[in-house]
Amino acid sequence: MKRFDFIQPATIEDALAAWEPGAVWLGGGTNIVDLMKTGAMQPDKVIDITRLPGLSEIETLPDGAIRIGSLVRNSDLADHPQIARHAPMVAEALLAGASGQLRNAATVGGNLMQRTRCAYFQDPTAACNRRAPGTGCDAAQAGDGMAILGWSEACIATNPSDFCVPLAALDAVVEVQGPEGAREIPVAAFHLLPGDTPDRETDLAPGELIIGVRLPAEATGFAANARYLKVRDRTSYAFAMTSAAAALRLEDGRIAEARLALGAVAAKPWRATEAEALLAGQAPDDALFDRAAEAALAGAAPSGGNAWKIDLARRTTARSLRMAAAGTPAEMPALPASPFGHSAEDHAHA
Amino acid sequence: MSPSISLTLNGEARDIALDDPRVTLLDLLRERLALPGTKKGCDRGQCGACTVLVNGRRVNSCLTLALTLDGAEITTIEGLAADGTLHPVQEAFIENDAFQCGYCTPGQIMSAVGLIAEGRAGDDPERIREGMSGNICRCVAYHGITLAVQDATRSMTPLKKEDAA
Repeated sequence: MKRFDFIQPATIEDALAAWEPGAVWLGGGTNIVDLMKTGAMQPDKVIDITRLPGLSEIETLPDGAIRIGSLVRNSDLADHPQIARHAPMVAEALLAGASGQLRNAATVGGNLMQRTRCAYFQDPTAACNRRAPGTGCDAAQAGDGMAILGWSEACIATNPSDFCVPLAALDAVVEVQGPEGAREIPVAAFHLLPGDTPDRETDLAPGELIIGVRLPAEATGFAANARYLKVRDRTSYAFAMTSAAAALRLEDGRIAEARLALGAVAAKPWRATEAEALLAGQAPDDALFDRAAEAALAGAAPSGGNAWKIDLARRTTARSLRMAAAGTPAEMPALPASPFGHSAEDHAHA
Repeated sequence: MSPSISLTLNGEARDIALDDPRVTLLDLLRERLALPGTKKGCDRGQCGACTVLVNGRRVNSCLTLALTLDGAEITTIEGLAADGTLHPVQEAFIENDAFQCGYCTPGQIMSAVGLIAEGRAGDDPERIREGMSGNICRCVAYHGITLAVQDATRSMTPLKKEDAA
């Protein structure tokens, strides 16, 4: 690991003042320390933000929105009663990610900032336009688990976050502070598609710091019918091959409003607005959900030998909608987000 | 002057000077504080062999920079047996033959102690397997590990009720 300067500011103002090119923010460190060990990240300065005050709270705002501080640990967020009751698919996505140990360390802000799991990005000896602009893309030759939506010739990497998928579906907003002051970025616009500049991964400007994430009050209206489904190589402790967050607001037996986002298919959590429009006003049934899944993947194209992934994403999407329609389970499933659950609603459509 | 941290390690207050910010908690324990019970497996947060408790919560010590831990309370496998009496999880691992080579065992035990404290799994084997998935055992002692965590959970729960009464 390359040597770095380490500082631990006590206030947000001190942290922002300490930032300079070559610096990184350190939260739980579960991603950044790993990438520093491989050499994929080589910061000159590590700014430990975990002592900053006021960023570890979860609060309900007067308008019903839920505000989550950027330093809240993934496990604390998943276990928080407000999240379990009002945004259950956020809790399910968090518990489907990583391991108990990693969730105890990983933060909300760090989850938003986590880097791709593309093996060529992680290997500093490989060509990677995302890590080292202009060097090419060794993944293009291999590409099996890579993107099927929104990719470019320059980069076919995917965003690995589970947490960000329901956040995108629920119109969550990222609260940021920087040298130019405070601003807000919708989660759906936070991560950037690669285009010709895959090294620009997020909308954050240099020196900006995530201070929180806000779930708008409308997000809580989906709590009764909201599921996250994650398909992976093994049942636990693996990144998604495909995932989907599906939420329905049902009124009088019809879908008043639908929210749908796909994970692990693009460089950002993929909000499927065409499918949402198709679902609105309809009575929920399997044929409708199949058509919605078709619409969600209509623009998909393989980026290598991964045509299988389009089909898998389609089926993951349809199944997540069926699970959402069956209702949010009263208790978190023993295997969160798994297709191998033992609840009645899973078996009903197996 | 080297930066320094103060922490409580297995119940004992320690002041530690660190000449290098790259030192992880894992390397600090093993190479500088003569506590090699915590194991280095992958050193990348993928195997769980390095699991310790920080402020009562299980974490991967290989991904934790030591300098971030000023004021923290650390418990390692060496600090688990109070006054020479094995912790109920240690007893249960022996009773259920929950290991073969033993390399992952300190991490498994610390992770199990953390899981039981979280109260997430109870004695449901499916929830225990899910809760312990961050600890890899290449001897595949998973069946015994699950039984051990079940046993330890049951043996520790009545104690908690007595404490509360």
